[in-house]
Amino acid sequence: MKSRNPPDRVIPLGLSLLPGMGHLALGKRSRGLPLLSFSLLLVLVLYGNWDAFLNAFETTAVDHWIAAVFLIVALAASVIYSVWDVHRLLGSPSEGRHGKSPFQLARRRFAANGLAVVALYVIGLLYLLALLAPLLAPYDPAAITDILATRYLPPSWAHLFGTDEFGRDLLSRALYGARVSLSVGLLAVLIAMSVGTTYGAVAAYFGGVVDNILMRIVDVVIAFPVFFLMLVLVGIFEANIVFLVLILGLTSWTGTARFIRGEMLSLKEREFTEAARSLGLPSWRIIVRHQIPNALSPVLVQAALMVGGMIGAEAALSFLGIGIRPPTPSWGNMVSGGQDALLVAWWVAFFPGALLALVVLSFNLLADGLRDALDPKALMQRFV
Amino acid sequence: MLLRVENLTSYFFLDEGPLKAVDGISFHMDEKETVGLVGESGCGKTIVALSLLNLIPSPGRVVGGRIIFDGEDLRQVTAERLRQIRGGGIGMVFQEPGAALNPVYTIGYQIAEVLRLHRGLSKHEADAEAVRLLGETGIPEPEKRARAYPFEFSGGMRQRAVIAIAISARPRLLIADEPTTALDPTVQKEMVKLLGYLQEQYKMAILLITHDLGVVAEMAARVMVMYTGKLVEVAPTHDLFRAPKHPYTQGLLNSIPRLGAGRKEPLRGIPGSVPDFLSLPSGCTFHPRCPLGDDSCKAAFPPIRDLSYLRQCACYKVDHG
Repeated sequence: MKSRNPPDRVIPLGLSLLPGMGHLALGKRSRGLPLLSFSLLLVLVLYGNWDAFLNAFETTAVDHWIAAVFLIVALAASVIYSVWDVHRLLGSPSEGRHGKSPFQLARRRFAANGLAVVALYVIGLLYLLALLAPLLAPYDPAAITDILATRYLPPSWAHLFGTDEFGRDLLSRALYGARVSLSVGLLAVLIAMSVGTTYGAVAAYFGGVVDNILMRIVDVVIAFPVFFLMLVLVGIFEANIVFLVLILGLTSWTGTARFIRGEMLSLKEREFTEAARSLGLPSWRIIVRHQIPNALSPVLVQAALMVGGMIGAEAALSFLGIGIRPPTPSWGNMVSGGQDALLVAWWVAFFPGALLALVVLSFNLLADGLRDALDPKALMQRFV
Repeated sequence: MLLRVENLTSYFFLDEGPLKAVDGISFHMDEKETVGLVGESGCGKTIVALSLLNLIPSPGRVVGGRIIFDGEDLRQVTAERLRQIRGGGIGMVFQEPGAALNPVYTIGYQIAEVLRLHRGLSKHEADAEAVRLLGETGIPEPEKRARAYPFEFSGGMRQRAVIAIAISARPRLLIADEPTTALDPTVQKEMVKLLGYLQEQYKMAILLITHDLGVVAEMAARVMVMYTGKLVEVAPTHDLFRAPKHPYTQGLLNSIPRLGAGRKEPLRGIPGSVPDFLSLPSGCTFHPRCPLGDDSCKAAFPPIRDLSYLRQCACYKVDHG
């Protein structure tokens, strides 16, 4: 039977060359729609910025080159994944696999939460735009031409977001600013989470004196006025992105460390840990394979919340002039630059401010959705 | 002889002072033998089991004695060797079948993990063997069930899965800590049958820890009765049930409610309750609850002495020889 390929099987496979269409033909909307919209967006970017794309390979600017390569790789990957996945689905048409993993159940609950899914889309879109900024930006974000003729132009087709006091295109600046703001948020949280998780796990594993010392250090770090620490450090060192990421990341891991420690201590007492020990599993395996996965879901929620907070913190620092310094654009310093002209040129502060609000809100909604989907009590329920 | 325990002593080091959870216990087990360890809740049965594998949680610790398993003293071996014996030589079934399984992995994965560790099977072989073991422990449609998660199993099935994990590395001694307590009576009966079958199949000895005398009567060849961290009576099961010697054993047997007993017949028990381990009565710790207890019992804990071949008892009031 398998050698004959019924025509209704071939069509989705052929369609899947256009990513997502094959899934849609099979009725898998939850996978088809993201794939389709993702690849369509990439194609649109490619089509609308063909010249910029071609130039990217000739200029010496590294980020143009990276953006162009990313575009190609992402497109190719989504086609390959789409064909492969549709092929796989055709191979096992019955979805009658018995166990639904807790992760799969969580994904279903998450998908049922419309607001969170929209938030995820928004976040994905913003990160994509930031990555492709060199191709998408209609103007050079730092170019100052004829100030008197171009300053404070209101939004128009030539300048969708208008121009600022130096006549720079605000859309281009907002796109480049997204690179700074979004990556600072993500990287700082990555640092905070990895430091916090490792620190908390080490404290819980060794216990006793080690635990005591490590946790007292956490108390000291928490008691530190982080904001003033930053003011002082920024005064001493020059603030660049790396520095900002390090400062934000290395001052905000304490909550995660405490949380993971508590979680691991309670997992240590759980009977499955005892059972794993009675079966002779090595300690590292018990910690890495059995305890950390059980402690991870609340950390994920906290991470999503923190990204929003970090982006806000970066904006606040930049707004105050101690974060990212102009002319490098970040949403924070763009808002700051627009505040003087708020009455005559509202758009200068409005667009970056709105983007900030949008991204922070999206991360909060995402965290909310994750929390509901990963609730350990809900995990135990069977999803029918 | 498979296991010989000499003078095993385990303390919990509390702020109030050391708590003697296991206080100088000696016993032995032969190959393929089933021995019951009974006593009221909180008398230290589980700590004996955990002591054998050095798994007592802090602040507890084995402080003395020898544990000779298959010719090796488990208190002297390296940590690496002990890890091999855990699971590989001595398997353990825990009381709460749900809690002993990791909620984030499939049942099949959890069995296969042990198989790969102890028997060095490849991933593929381990998966197949896991399915076979699940089938052997009486789980219907094992291929399908191996891919299910613990929360999709009923209590009885979880207990079967836990047993499958415990026997997966072919241990020669299986410690079953209250294997039937959390289950309803019909499932209990199946579990007793299952353990008997597996013992036959894999030639294991079973140390059966329970407060359910019915399960002991059905499974064990010999019974050890424990009170406040000490053994008070050891006897072949038949003899123990027919003629218990120690007043505590007599009390335990008397307190089993009988079906068909008249309505007016009161439920009997042992007066009082298990004393606080930190303020144990002097001498024989059972004397305040004992019908035979008097001033002569207050001096020192009676040594456990041979009554006859295979029979031992720790009581001043029981005739020896």
